[in-house]
Amino acid sequence: MIVADACGLVPTRDLVAQPLERMIADCANAMAGGDRLCSLFGRACAGDLLVTAILQQSRHGFAVLRGRAPAGSRYPSLTPQFPAAHLVERELFEQSGLTPDGHPWLKPLRFDGAQQGRMHTYPFFSVRGHDVHEVGVGPIHAGVIEPGHFRFMCHGERVLHLEIQLGYQHRGVETLLLQRPVRSLTPLVECIAGDSSIAYAWGHCTAIEALSGATLAPEAERVRGVALELERIAMHLATLAGLATDIAFLQGGSSYGRLRTAIINASMRSCGSRFGRGWLRPGGVRCGVDDLRRQDLLDTLAAFAHDIAEVNALMLGARSVRSRFRGTGKLSAKAARELGLVGLAARASGVAIDARADLAPMPYAERPLAVLVEEDGDCLARARLRMREIDESVRWLQQLLAAPAGVLADRASLAPIGPLRGDAIAIAMHEGCRGQVLHALETASDGTLLRYKVADPSASNWLGLALAMRDNDISDFPICNKSFDLSYCGNDL
Amino acid sequence: MSPRQTLLLLLLHVLGTLCLPILLVGVVNRTKSWWGGRKGPSLTQSFRDLARLLRKGSVVSATATPLFRAGAWVVLASALLAAQIAPWIGPLAPLQFRHDFILFAYTLGLARIFLMLSAMDVGSAFEGMGAAREAAFTAFIEPALFLLVGSAAIGSGDASLAGSIGHWHAASSFPWLAVPAVLVLLVLLQAEAARVPVDDPATHLELTMIHEVMVLDHSGPELAAMQYAAAIKLTIYAGLIAALLNPFDAQQAPMSATAAAIALMIAVAIAVGCVESLVARLRMRTVPAYLLSATVLAALMLAVSSWLTEAR
Repeated sequence: MIVADACGLVPTRDLVAQPLERMIADCANAMAGGDRLCSLFGRACAGDLLVTAILQQSRHGFAVLRGRAPAGSRYPSLTPQFPAAHLVERELFEQSGLTPDGHPWLKPLRFDGAQQGRMHTYPFFSVRGHDVHEVGVGPIHAGVIEPGHFRFMCHGERVLHLEIQLGYQHRGVETLLLQRPVRSLTPLVECIAGDSSIAYAWGHCTAIEALSGATLAPEAERVRGVALELERIAMHLATLAGLATDIAFLQGGSSYGRLRTAIINASMRSCGSRFGRGWLRPGGVRCGVDDLRRQDLLDTLAAFAHDIAEVNALMLGARSVRSRFRGTGKLSAKAARELGLVGLAARASGVAIDARADLAPMPYAERPLAVLVEEDGDCLARARLRMREIDESVRWLQQLLAAPAGVLADRASLAPIGPLRGDAIAIAMHEGCRGQVLHALETASDGTLLRYKVADPSASNWLGLALAMRDNDISDFPICNKSFDLSYCGNDL
Repeated sequence: MSPRQTLLLLLLHVLGTLCLPILLVGVVNRTKSWWGGRKGPSLTQSFRDLARLLRKGSVVSATATPLFRAGAWVVLASALLAAQIAPWIGPLAPLQFRHDFILFAYTLGLARIFLMLSAMDVGSAFEGMGAAREAAFTAFIEPALFLLVGSAAIGSGDASLAGSIGHWHAASSFPWLAVPAVLVLLVLLQAEAARVPVDDPATHLELTMIHEVMVLDHSGPELAAMQYAAAIKLTIYAGLIAALLNPFDAQQAPMSATAAAIALMIAVAIAVGCVESLVARLRMRTVPAYLLSATVLAALMLAVSSWLTEAR
């Protein structure tokens, strides 16, 4: 096991590839010691498969394990002992054909490669019994949302089990990323999950900067922080608007949507794109925050803070709203921890996990953001946590924007990116609106990319939604789904 | 009142049941827009929507039988027939005879049966679910209507729907029972016309729908028929409230009575719009309790009404 340095770099020359079983055993030991398995991926290498595991050590630095096995071999699954590993093992199975023996839920994740077009063969879990019936929803939905199939096994209106089949948005992102010149990847990375453009772009930039050894102006990192927090506020508002609409609470539905426009328009004035596309590039930022923009953002946030407080009070003050959310879609802290949930969904179930605090990258290192947690794990907790996170981000932004001139880059600030270091793995993680987005880039000796691994927070969280639905009314599914607000394309890649 | 005047009033009644649904839906939507801080669509927008739907063709599920298509028109015809039994101007309606409220209730029941049959005819899990919900919830509201009409009939001594509701204000029980009667009628309206907090006509979420899910497979003219029928049901119950509270006598001052009835129905539509704006929808499993509370209230009204009438 090799621990990554402060930039998230691991030289692959020092990484000894163990036999796969040994590596998995080491991985299990590390996980038993409190490490978190973030990703597990393979790549072909001289007839064999090289498997890489990325672990987050007690939530701080990263460590890398490497194993080697002939194609098509089997290994003892980690999932029975650590359910959180179920997803990465399924992904490894689908992408490289290594079979985890004893995996209880070895189902296709996104019908990768040769499996494409075979989605109708998905092996659904089936509940049998008198009066048990199934309701299938999607992949085409009545609203303008992404495709995904939900199959409910119900007894009357009560859901016994929900199975979520995704993969309809599979675009082969990881392969695409290897086909293009490494220096022009950012626009593509920004589109992996379009509503988290900044979170994705930032992680990509951090990894490229680590590989090229570029040193970044802290002023530029602070502008990235502004961009990411604006994105978080906008996305949380979109979710709250959806939640209000789904329970037919008109005032919330129309107000949150209007407020979101104020925030994304502020992003637009800052960088030319409402979703922050093109704002971040390896080396820094393409648009700074000058005095005029600073004042504009402060004015926007002040007006926003006033309005959002009013709407939140309306929403939480309405008994009918609280009665819909309270106790609906409950996920216990134990389940959240065991399943390896991340981001907002985990924090709403009482698991304090937030890359902004755990890894404390610039600018969060110098201006810490509180890690907010709710204990109840129901829809009300997730809605309230979004409101509190919006307030906290606004507070953080106001503090940063009110700092003296010169703290934020006031124009484009791009450090030159030199040749990429060869034989290295760069790991970068940033906390997007749904949770941590992980990028892992492995280079060959000449600095070209061998493997680009992306891990979206939604992938880890979808099973959390399925469990939260158990024993709930099927008519409460929309609000449960909205309260998690997971990304389909982030999962499908 | 001359027979000619009565005929004119009845013609006005029919005309009202055809036009007022458009207006009332417009008022509800305008009220919601106002609360949401928007300008809102014009009052006659639903007319334009219906006209647009009528010009369209329709798509029918491969598993559907002719029953599916017939369903929409039976629903519309039943709603129109029921609207001719229920009063809105005063104690009169084109179709009025002793115990006609039974015909009224089961005309609406026929509409419901056909709605459910055409929903199940397309063989979708959602629509079956919606039909099951509709069937279950109806069981909770049907008694409320009968108990309410019973209280009115005891109070006014008239056994027709229009007569009992329209003449009730002269009875000694009326001052005590007017407010509960309006409340019961409002709940009936919300249930029958599929409004918040019982149902949400604006939702796009198949899993939470009751009425809307059953019309998901309808398109073009059939969808227009379904939507118009729902608007007519809204009008029927708003009209019952108007007939109950109308301060003018339709025989002596027909014009004032008509104007007051329209104003009252608009007020009901505004109230419906306000409820939809300020209250979130009920959780599905609490809907029966909400509907049942109307039935319980109506049962109490029946007891109070007969007690007050006996005492006199």
